[in-house]
Amino acid sequence: MRAGNYFVGAAFALLAGGMAHSAVAQDIKIGEINSYSLLPAFTEPYRKGWQLAVEEINGAGGINGKKLVVVSKDDGGKPADAQTAANELVSSEGVAMLAGTFLSNIGLAVSDFANQKKVFFLAAEPLTDAITWSKGNKYTFRLRPSNYMQAAMLVEAASKLPAKRWATIAPNYEYGQSAVAVFKKLMSEKRPDIQWVDEQWPPQGKIDAGPVVQAVAAANPEAILNVTFGADLVKLVREGNTRGLFKGREVVSFLTGEPEYLDPLKDETPEGWIVTGYPWYSIKTPEHDAFLKAYQAKYNDYPRLGSIVGYQTIKSAAAILAKAGSTDPEKLIAAAEGLTTGSPFGEITFRKIDHQSTLGAFVGKTALKDGKGVMVDSSYKKGADYLPSDAEVEKLRPKD
Amino acid sequence: MAFYVVQFLTGLASAASLFLVASGLSIIFGVTRIVNFAHGAFYMIGAYIAFTLTERLSGAFGFWGGIVLAALAVALIGVIVEMVLLRRIYHAPELFQLLATFGLTLMVEDLVVLIWGPDDLVGRRAPGFKGAIDFFGQNIPSYDLFLIVLGPVVLGILWLLFQRTRWGVLVRAATQDRDMVAALGVNQKWLFTSVFAVGVFLAALGGALQIPRDAVHHAMDLRIIVEVFVVVVIGGLGSIVGAFVAAVLVSELNAFGILIFPKISIILVFLVMAVVLIVRPWGLFGKPEAAARKTPGLTVNPWRPLTSNERLMALAALIVAALLPLFAGNYLLTVGSEIAIFVIFAVSLHFLMSVGGLASFGHAAYFGLGAYGIAFLAKMAGLPMIVCLLLGPLLGCMGAAVFGFFAVQLSGVYFAMLTLAFAQIVWSIAFQWVNVTGGDNGILGLWPSSWAASPSRFYWLALGVAALVTVALRAMVFSPFGYALRATRDSGLRSEAIGIDAKRIQWTAFVIAGTTAGIGGALFAYLKGSVFPDNLGISLSVDALVMVLLGGVETVSGAVIGAIVYKALNIWLVSQTDLSKLVLGGFIMLIVVVFPKGIVGMLEMLAQRRKKASPPGSPLLAKPIESAE
Repeated sequence: MRAGNYFVGAAFALLAGGMAHSAVAQDIKIGEINSYSLLPAFTEPYRKGWQLAVEEINGAGGINGKKLVVVSKDDGGKPADAQTAANELVSSEGVAMLAGTFLSNIGLAVSDFANQKKVFFLAAEPLTDAITWSKGNKYTFRLRPSNYMQAAMLVEAASKLPAKRWATIAPNYEYGQSAVAVFKKLMSEKRPDIQWVDEQWPPQGKIDAGPVVQAVAAANPEAILNVTFGADLVKLVREGNTRGLFKGREVVSFLTGEPEYLDPLKDETPEGWIVTGYPWYSIKTPEHDAFLKAYQAKYNDYPRLGSIVGYQTIKSAAAILAKAGSTDPEKLIAAAEGLTTGSPFGEITFRKIDHQSTLGAFVGKTALKDGKGVMVDSSYKKGADYLPSDAEVEKLRPKD
Repeated sequence: MAFYVVQFLTGLASAASLFLVASGLSIIFGVTRIVNFAHGAFYMIGAYIAFTLTERLSGAFGFWGGIVLAALAVALIGVIVEMVLLRRIYHAPELFQLLATFGLTLMVEDLVVLIWGPDDLVGRRAPGFKGAIDFFGQNIPSYDLFLIVLGPVVLGILWLLFQRTRWGVLVRAATQDRDMVAALGVNQKWLFTSVFAVGVFLAALGGALQIPRDAVHHAMDLRIIVEVFVVVVIGGLGSIVGAFVAAVLVSELNAFGILIFPKISIILVFLVMAVVLIVRPWGLFGKPEAAARKTPGLTVNPWRPLTSNERLMALAALIVAALLPLFAGNYLLTVGSEIAIFVIFAVSLHFLMSVGGLASFGHAAYFGLGAYGIAFLAKMAGLPMIVCLLLGPLLGCMGAAVFGFFAVQLSGVYFAMLTLAFAQIVWSIAFQWVNVTGGDNGILGLWPSSWAASPSRFYWLALGVAALVTVALRAMVFSPFGYALRATRDSGLRSEAIGIDAKRIQWTAFVIAGTTAGIGGALFAYLKGSVFPDNLGISLSVDALVMVLLGGVETVSGAVIGAIVYKALNIWLVSQTDLSKLVLGGFIMLIVVVFPKGIVGMLEMLAQRRKKASPPGSPLLAKPIESAE
């Protein structure tokens, strides 16, 4: 708590500062913010993930002997409310760092808050490239593979397809727009012969799927890039299946392999889409096995990608706090830059150059198995292999 | 050519789903004058219950039976809601019912997640309508054809119901003049209940029929409610045929619009509505509203300036508020600043709504414009904070001047919906014009200069501005301009007869309210350090309405209390519980039943009664409390 600015009642400030300090001495608090009420399909598994991480960390003796406490707040999906929550966590709860967030604009709002108030912030899910590049700042780190990284992973597979006529369908907001922009750019670099024949921009959450599917079909593309997810994806897939849009066409799709979005499709899952996702059932590594076992033992449920994100966010935060040996934000930054730590997907590193972690994603194909959608032929793509060169990153990111 | 035919048919199928829900809303509004915000919630519950039933019951009969059963079940819920909740507040000020249905919507959003879980649910396809039909090489889903037929069939049934039955005659009569119907001895209670049931049935049926094409999830209600309102208004309130034509118009424009402008969907319905309302102020098939008989509520308890004692009390309250930094920490001070800003926002809408009788559904536009004004001035022109604060609200002022000019040509709900359309147009510009506004990623880094940076100083700034604004608007209420504005509100004809230029007075009031909201937005931008399209969004406009209604729309400054109570409670609940919507919705519904004149309105009534030395209003107060428990 910074109490310097009071010019009335210095005594109160001292008292309050002293109290906040004594609380920090016993426990280490992390302030966590996410869109719990707006996006329960993602945030429920996410919460289970971080709760498991807290349990494991405290079971193993806490952070340098201190107990870890996560104080969690809902932002209702609004940037302004996320800032109110961040302020409460920092000013009233005296947390050592902020973590979490899902939507890109909320991630950016909290990252700007962190920059202004000089608080360490570990963004969990926001995918926007801006958070580490064009609007990146010293105090903000990000866990998940960014839009750019996921696009690069998909382009690697997509550029091998023979298709030359491409159409795109993406939700009409920043995430959809930048996913399409990056995909197009990287794709056209690798395959100058490609034509972009149509683009559809349904409003997020409000797709009128029939006309969109018809419009794409009318352009007669050989391949389609899809960026919609959630309920929009369900509608798109159902209309597309009925109208035969996907027949004889390749589809490349962001996020569709994540259980959050794949499982609801059930027997309507389209086969052979190239997707990024999380095939928890076919990952056979000791790190993931340990995570899977612990998760299933605690919750009697299988993990979603949100579980991984929640789990790894708190695990990474704990690693940063342990290495820093302090809750001073400058020391936390120093500890986080270049930190290598374990994860269910193998070792990851928080890059010094742009504060992006090298957590990767799985790329594979969708298939139907026993009336359920699954990802097959999947392989893990390391995040580090899908980032632009350091020289390019230097250009993208403002100097601190 | 085949493609255009199929695209047309696809548009018709979308129109049919939209029409089902819109017709229900139109009937309910036409008769009861309730702006049923919960219509989307009933649509959603319909889908959820239909999902459960169609998963349990097998076979074709199970599916179709499940759909109809679900709609009937929700209609029953609607009847209960009408009898327990809405019946108590038909005589409350206009729009107060909006508050009740808003509270209900909040509760339902949390309840469906509690009952059905957080995952998106995908129901089964309709037996017999699973595939598609080949039309010259284009596929038309057979379920679309089913919907295309169903739309006109429902329209026909409703038409028969309204033209050929006694009930229909009564409903049409009530739509035209419900006081006269009541005077003729028709039992209004049951007429309203039955109309509400039919409306809710149609909404739930619309939701249930989405199962084979959509996913069922907890945000379905918001996805449809605004669009449905727009369709009803484009068609003309209370006109079923109008709703049908409007649904077809909107859906077809969308189906063909996306071929040329793929990004048009986000704004299309609002553009259509703005154009239609400017050209035809009562929608396509609507008729001018009959001159409303004003409830005597406004004249029984005439407004007066504060007595000197009350002024001292208000001053004392302000001084107590100003002492907050002595004992509160940074977080409380920031929350205090936010509440003060929302007081500014709420009193600006209150001025328009209570004094001018013009309820705006898009007031956030001017709040947000003020915030974006700051963003442009500070980030692009690099002006210092004090200059920005003085100039930023001008953007809100300009927006209000342009939109207000068109909006004040209308009245009642048409006025409200046109303001909503303008707000959505501004929102979509902020959302789409990424190069200038940053799109939904907003504009960051707008922190206050060092002289106002500390939480306590910013709090004093916000509090001071809020106090000034409230006093200034109050002074205006009792100025000649305020009297003229109240005259236009109470009787358009009479005010015109004594030479008041009503439109000009209302336009001026609109600009004043817009500028004031812009001041709030400007402070908000500095409080949060960033601006997002959210700051112009529908949910913020609804928040403002709720604050005014909660405080009491018939009071002079009820919005101050409404804003403090709503905002403080909201922030506290969101921080304390994951079920904040459930609790907040429940609280709002309780307030609605216990304080049907709003918090301040009720306090004033009690004070009035005590003055008259009649026994304190125990019977009236005790009964609703009892039943609310």
